[in-house]
Order: sequence, then C-alpha cells, then structure tokens
Amino acid sequence: MSASAGLLEPSASVGGCADAPVLRERGQREVFCGLTGIVWLHRKMQDAFFLVVGSRTCAHLIQSAAGVMIFAEPRFATAIMEEKDLAGLTDTNDELDRVVDRLLARRPDIKLLFLVGSCPSEVIKLDLSRAAGRLSEKHSPNVRVLNYSGSGIETTFTQGEDACLAALVPQMAAAPANAEQTLLIVGALPDVVEDQFRRLFAAMGIQRVEALPARRISDLPSVGPNTRFLLAQPFLGDTARALEDRGAVRLDALFPFGAEGTTDWLHAAAVAFGVDEMTFRTVVAPGRERATRALEKVRARLEGKSIFFFPDSQLEVPLARFLSRELGMIPLEVGTPYLHRTHLAKELPLLPSSTRLSEGQDVDRQLDRCRDARPDLSVCGLGLANPLEMEGLTTKWSIELVFSPVHGFDQAADLAELFARPMNRRDRLSDAIVPARPSRREVVACN
Amino acid sequence: MQLTVWTYEGPPHVGAMRIATAMTGLHYVLHAPQGDTYADLLFTMIERRGARPPVTYTTFRARDLGTDTAELFKTAVIDAHARFQPQAMIVGASCTAELIQDDPAGMALAIGLPIPVIPLELPSYQKKENWGAAETFRQLVRSLTKVVERTPMESRRPSCNILGPTALGFRHRDDVVEITRLLERIGVDINVTAPLGATPADIVRMGAADFNVVLYPEIAGEAALQLQKMCGQPSVKTVPIGYGATLDFIHEVCALTGLDPAPVLEGVPSRMPWWSRSVDSTYLTGKRVFVFGDATHVIAAARVASEELGFEVVGMGCYNREFAREVRAAAASLGLTALITDDYLEVEDAIAALQPELVLGSQMERHIAKRLRIPCAVISAPFHVQDHPARYSPQMGFEGANVLFDTWVHPLVMGLEEHLLHMFRDDFEFSDEAGASHLGGHGAGSARPDQSSESVASTEIALVSSEIVWAADAEAELKKIPFFVRGKARKNTERFAAEHGMATIGVETLYDAKSHYSR
Repeated sequence: MSASAGLLEPSASVGGCADAPVLRERGQREVFCGLTGIVWLHRKMQDAFFLVVGSRTCAHLIQSAAGVMIFAEPRFATAIMEEKDLAGLTDTNDELDRVVDRLLARRPDIKLLFLVGSCPSEVIKLDLSRAAGRLSEKHSPNVRVLNYSGSGIETTFTQGEDACLAALVPQMAAAPANAEQTLLIVGALPDVVEDQFRRLFAAMGIQRVEALPARRISDLPSVGPNTRFLLAQPFLGDTARALEDRGAVRLDALFPFGAEGTTDWLHAAAVAFGVDEMTFRTVVAPGRERATRALEKVRARLEGKSIFFFPDSQLEVPLARFLSRELGMIPLEVGTPYLHRTHLAKELPLLPSSTRLSEGQDVDRQLDRCRDARPDLSVCGLGLANPLEMEGLTTKWSIELVFSPVHGFDQAADLAELFARPMNRRDRLSDAIVPARPSRREVVACN
Repeated sequence: MQLTVWTYEGPPHVGAMRIATAMTGLHYVLHAPQGDTYADLLFTMIERRGARPPVTYTTFRARDLGTDTAELFKTAVIDAHARFQPQAMIVGASCTAELIQDDPAGMALAIGLPIPVIPLELPSYQKKENWGAAETFRQLVRSLTKVVERTPMESRRPSCNILGPTALGFRHRDDVVEITRLLERIGVDINVTAPLGATPADIVRMGAADFNVVLYPEIAGEAALQLQKMCGQPSVKTVPIGYGATLDFIHEVCALTGLDPAPVLEGVPSRMPWWSRSVDSTYLTGKRVFVFGDATHVIAAARVASEELGFEVVGMGCYNREFAREVRAAAASLGLTALITDDYLEVEDAIAALQPELVLGSQMERHIAKRLRIPCAVISAPFHVQDHPARYSPQMGFEGANVLFDTWVHPLVMGLEEHLLHMFRDDFEFSDEAGASHLGGHGAGSARPDQSSESVASTEIALVSSEIVWAADAEAELKKIPFFVRGKARKNTERFAAEHGMATIGVETLYDAKSHYSR
C-alpha cells in the first residue's frame, strides 16, 4: 500500500475538493446525447450492431458525430419513425420486426443487436425492452437482442456507454460462489490499451482478467461474488451498480490517467489479489518510469497554465487531477455533466481547493465565467471551440479525449500532448494573423 | 419505419437553423431535448464559423417532462431576448418537442415581447432540411416584408433581391459575390440579399425591389412565390450555373429590365469555352458521367456535362423529392430515367451497375466513388469541411464556369496520370506498391479494394466471380486495363461469359467480350 501511498501525498490544500461546494445550474446544455456512444462502442464490440429507433434528427446526429466512418458499412443504423408510425396507422412493433428482419438478413455476421432508445421513442413510450425480448426469441440462438436508452432526455454523451454496458450485465453468466477470484476491467478501452493492462496484470500474477465489454459476445465474462472490478472510466454509475447487484465488488481507485492514476488503479487490483509490494513495484516501475520521463518534456509547456473545463464526458475531474498534479496546470473551473461522488472519492481530494466544481450547465452563464477568467486553455465541445478561438481563447476540443487512447502509462504523454498542442500552435502562429474579435456581422460576412 | 445509415438531409429544424445562422439580428428558440445542440457544430466546424449559431435550445430532460417543459420554454425565450436583443425571433419545436405538444407558438406570443416573434410549424416526421429552410424563409417574408409603392423602372436603375443563400449552403458565399458583381455590371442594383447576411430589418424592405433572383429554388422558391403574391415581384428563374446557363440568366434579366446585355458579354467573360475546345480536352469526349445531388445542382451539372464538356451523361438523379418533376424532365431530355431516392444504397447500386468514368455528386457519392475507384467531383450539398474552402470558388456565373471546368477535369487528368503509372509499373522504377494518388490511399499500390467494406456492390461482384473463374492470364490481362474502366470491363466480361455458358474466363474471352460490347 505504501508504494502508491507515496504518490498520494496530500496536496497543499488539505481535503482538496472533497467537500467543496458544487455549482449546480439549470439552463441550456451544450452536450451530446448518449446515442453518440455508439460511435466508439461499435468499434470495440465486433459482432454487435446498434439500431437506433428514433427520428431523422437521431440519424443526422450520428452521421455528424461519426464523420467519415459512416461510409465503411458501419455496424449501426437508425430506424427512422415516420408520420404513419406515430399516427398509429401501422403497428410500430410490426414495423420494427420488419426492419430488424431485413437488417439481420443483410448482416448474417451479427450476433448481438442493440435496440437503442431515443428521445422520440421514449416520449411515445415505445416498449423496446419487450421488443428486444420478442426479437431475441425469434432470432435465437443466432442473435441476442438487447435494449438500452441513449436518449438525450436521459443520458449525456458517455452515459450512453454506461446504459449499454448495464444492459449487458444481466447477460453475463453467474459465476459460482466458490469460483476463483477474477478481475474485471469495466469500460470500453482501445484494444492496445486493454492489452497493455492485461500484460501488467499477468506480470503481477493476476491470471484471470476479463473485460466488459468483451470484443465478442461469445467472450462475455461471467460475474459473481468473487468478481472484483476496476472501472476504467468515471461515467459507469449504472453499470457498477448492476455488477454490485450481482455480488461483484468494485475496487476503489484513481482512474488510470497519468503515472499517478495508473499506478493507483493497478495497485488497487494488486492489493485485492494479494500481490506482494515488491512484485507490484517491480512490475509497474518500468512503465511508471517511462510515463514520468515522457511527461517531464510536456510539463515545461503546461506548468502554471490555467485550464477551464466545460461539461462533456465526466472525464473532467480525473483529467483535471492529472493535469494539476502531474503537469502543474491550474484548474479554474471543472464542469461535469454529472458528478458521481462515490466513484470520484479518491479523485476529488486531489484537486486544488481553489478549483470551482460545477455540475450541469447554463451554457451562456458558463461562457460568461470563462470569458471573465480568460483561462490559458478551455476544454469544450466543437460547438463552442471555434467561437471561443475567435474571441482569442485557446481551446482543446473535448471529444478527442474520448476517442483517443489516453489511459495507462504509455499513453500518459499522448494525453498531455493533446492539451499542449493547441497552446504550442497558438505560440507558433504569428501574432500578426490573430483575428481581432469581430462583430457578429463581420463573422457572417467572413463565412 | 425507414432503415437508414446515411441521410442526405437533416430534419427540418436544421433547415430553420440554416436561415437563422445566415442572418444577423434574428434569434431562434428551439424547444428540443438535451443533445440536439449537436447541430451547432455543423456550422462551427464545417463552415468554420467564429460565432455560435444564434439558437437557444431549451434542452429539456426526462425529469422536466410534464408541465415543466412549457415553463422551460418561456424562460428560454425571455432569457434569449434579454441576452441577445434580437430584432426578431423565430420559435419552434424539434422532433421530440413536437410529440410533447407544448405549443411554442402560443406560449411565445403570450409572453408579449416587444419584437416580432414568428412561430414555425415544421413537421419533423414528414419533412426534411430543405423544406424546413424554405418554409422558415417564407414565414419570415410573409410576417415581415412590407408592401411599398415603386416608381416606374424606366426612370432609374432597376433593383432586385437575391434570394436563397444560407448558412451550410454549397458555395453560397462565393455564388453571392459572383452574381452580385454580374448583376451590377448588367446595371441592376441589389436591394437585399437574403437570408445570408440579411437582418430582419432588411427582410422588411424587400418589397422595394423590382424583381427577385432565385439562386436556389430549394430554399427560395416558396419565398419568391410569396413575394410575387404580396408585392407583385416577378422572379428570374434561370439558375446561372455553367457558361450557357449564365448567358441565359443575363438574357432573362435583360428581358425583364430592358437593359442591354452586350456590354457584359464583351471580351472574354469566361475561359471555360476555350479550355473545353482546346485539343487537350479532346479526350473528354463521350466520358461517361453519373450526376447526383440536389435537384438544382444536378440539372445544371447535367447541362454543363453534356453541352459544355462533351461528356455523356449516363445517369442522373436527386435526393430531394420536392423537385423530382424537374429532374425527371431534365433526365428525359437526355434520354434517361431519373433516379429519385434518398437511400444511398440505391445510388451506390446505380453507380456500380453503370460503371461511369466520372461521378459528380455530394460528399456521399464521393465516398461511393472512392470505394468503387471511380474519379469524382463534388457538386452539391451535403458536403464536408474541405468543400467549404478558403479560396474563392463559386459555382455560378463566369468564374463559376471556370471553377467547374477545373474541378471536374482535375480527377480525370489525375486518372490519366495514374493510368500512365500503371502502364509502366513493371519498369524497375515503378514498383507496384509505389503509385502516388489523389484518391487518398486508393492509389496504385495501396489500392487494394477495401477488405473491411461489405458493400452491396462488392458482394455482388464477388458472387459473380465465385461462379465464373478467371484464368490467371486473363486476370493479369485485366490488370493492364486502366483502373477506371477495369470494373466495367470485369463486369462486361463476366456477363458475356455467363451468357455464353462459359465456366472459365481466358484472355480470348476478355477480348471477345470487349468486341461484343463495343458494337
């Protein structure tokens, strides 16, 4: 324990943000809905298909978020509800069956089909869980059909992954009470990162390591009282609860960002699996050393710089912790769409107590605060990034943090570089071409 | 229910956003659930706008459902007015809010703001983006434009409104510049250009113009009809895309205003006619081209392709059904049946079956063509970020004609270069793996057909191939054929073999088929 405790020295301000007041606002939220999770989830789950039951808006959102990926015959689509579906002229369930039959006939390689609920389907109370049950029976044993909601009224961005994984939990086989203790990594990680973690656990002697989601439905792990799980992502509240309901035990840890976070995360497993401290230190030392050395180079560019997080993915708190402790940045405001205190219990005390925490959003007021604060870097969505740049504020667009490999020792410097690059660019470009803040009319004219 | 992966058009409220974002001093309050703000990034990213779209969303959530959402909407309207101080406001519902029936119109009017508030009815489950834009623009004109007395045109310079350019329009920014210059050289003053760059106050004074120029019928057709009805303004309907159409446009404007077209036509207004006649262009003759996109750009492109570049149009169609009749007529005049569909798989099937030598289409067709390894140029929305360029690149007018020539011929010239590379690929200096290409990873060396793609077209080709076997020498001979006609040659040969009950294709079969189909 003491090895990682060495890293967790109390910050200058005792207690950090553990008991800090949280600014909660209600107003316009400039965030994605949970449907967006499909864009990365379908890359991870190789025999799954995601069928959104929604409107043209839903289809348009996914194609906007997926960019060019949409053309590689991706494993997602939208069943667009039309006037006749809403007016009761056709039986929506019959229509859905027809669409699913057509889809599965076209894609015989699909083993797992998710019916993904949207705002329109939730508002008209289309019972997708019953539909999933019915279709599962019909297409058994070739295809399992499950359901979750990625609607904007219920989920924000990465919460779509939470809802999806929570829907998978009841599908996991029950591990007997006397089964050997297994370690479950929860959260869709890029394969390269997942493999790195598996190698580290194997080197510590933890042999039985599984992942949720699995790459294929046939590899879906079992779960039981002897399952110990580590959350790789901070946005998995419902999934964690579903696993706990089946007897699994969550290992409390920092999230694996940076040398410190990754060490603590690995250490939680080491302790739970009785790995001795010497072995643990020997195993993590090379990776931690590499991460620390690589971060040192980026630190010079980030140290002392202030940063402002708009809410997006729930990654904000752990990232602010990493940037503040390992790179010397100063978090001014850390906004998150949802603050899960239990899962962030180790993170919050490590944030400087001067940090303003905010949960939820009133985007216009938050923009006012950001303009007043004039941070060196603002982390925000693509709807805000260019407008803030035009006002002379340097930004880092946040979705990239969800799509890129950023966890673990060997991605720590890549993660830091994502924040350093916009500032590096700002410094490189000649001051002579910095656009003056234009009036709205000029903005229109220049477009 | 319609099974969709790609949609050519967004929902109608995105059309309304395109109008609001094009204008200044207009604010849109959209009753919509959390998440619908995704549409902002179309404007901030694809168009690289340096300001947020003037749209306030109520972003209601599950726990707000019930009477609370109505309260949210009212608060949003009041706050947006206080913060942005617009000259006028439009209010409406997105697809989900349409289902909860909060009546944005009634609520907004009840607030009693001191500015015009225009409610929009945009049926999301029936209509799409272009319709939403057209309807929003029509409502703005209907609600704001004042009827004014005009002095006779003979006593002064005539004036017109330019109608239709919006945010997220394909080359709208530069088309407006080009057509404004052209009209001014003809001797016509521009009263108002709208929606792009206009304010609600500008919409009010649109009635002062003598006539309207409808640049994009999809967006401005309805507003022009409204103005004709209210203010008696006729419309110029020729869309000036291409050299010939630009001449027609000039003559139509001159016929309407009594101005003399001669001064504008003097000198060399466009390089395109000469470029197309120069001997270097001879190899363009009869190039088989497939055209798809929005109706206006497709009709114009088909004319340019056949009359001004000497291509053979082998297929054409559009995704916006509202203009199907016009596209069908244009197709019929070329002896074709138009493909009217918003299903990209149908478009892909049509292109795969026709194996054209050039595809002119939207971003979607660009990707289909890339997969099928056919040269392609973008002529229509939807487009991606690279088709909102920094440089001046109109589609309309004389400079537009120059741009069209360069843009369409470029992939073909590059195609010839690639052909040469192929011809010499057995030379020691050209390894098969080398091959540079404009097609981004689809060049000679890296040009393995996408292994991961499971398109309908490639599946079909694979099926045919599995029934009929290509002998190794025939396969080798096929590879000597330029890549951009190879797909057609393969298909024709297989069809020929199938029709003649042959199980194996040899070199002779390849040339027999060639001779058979060249007749």
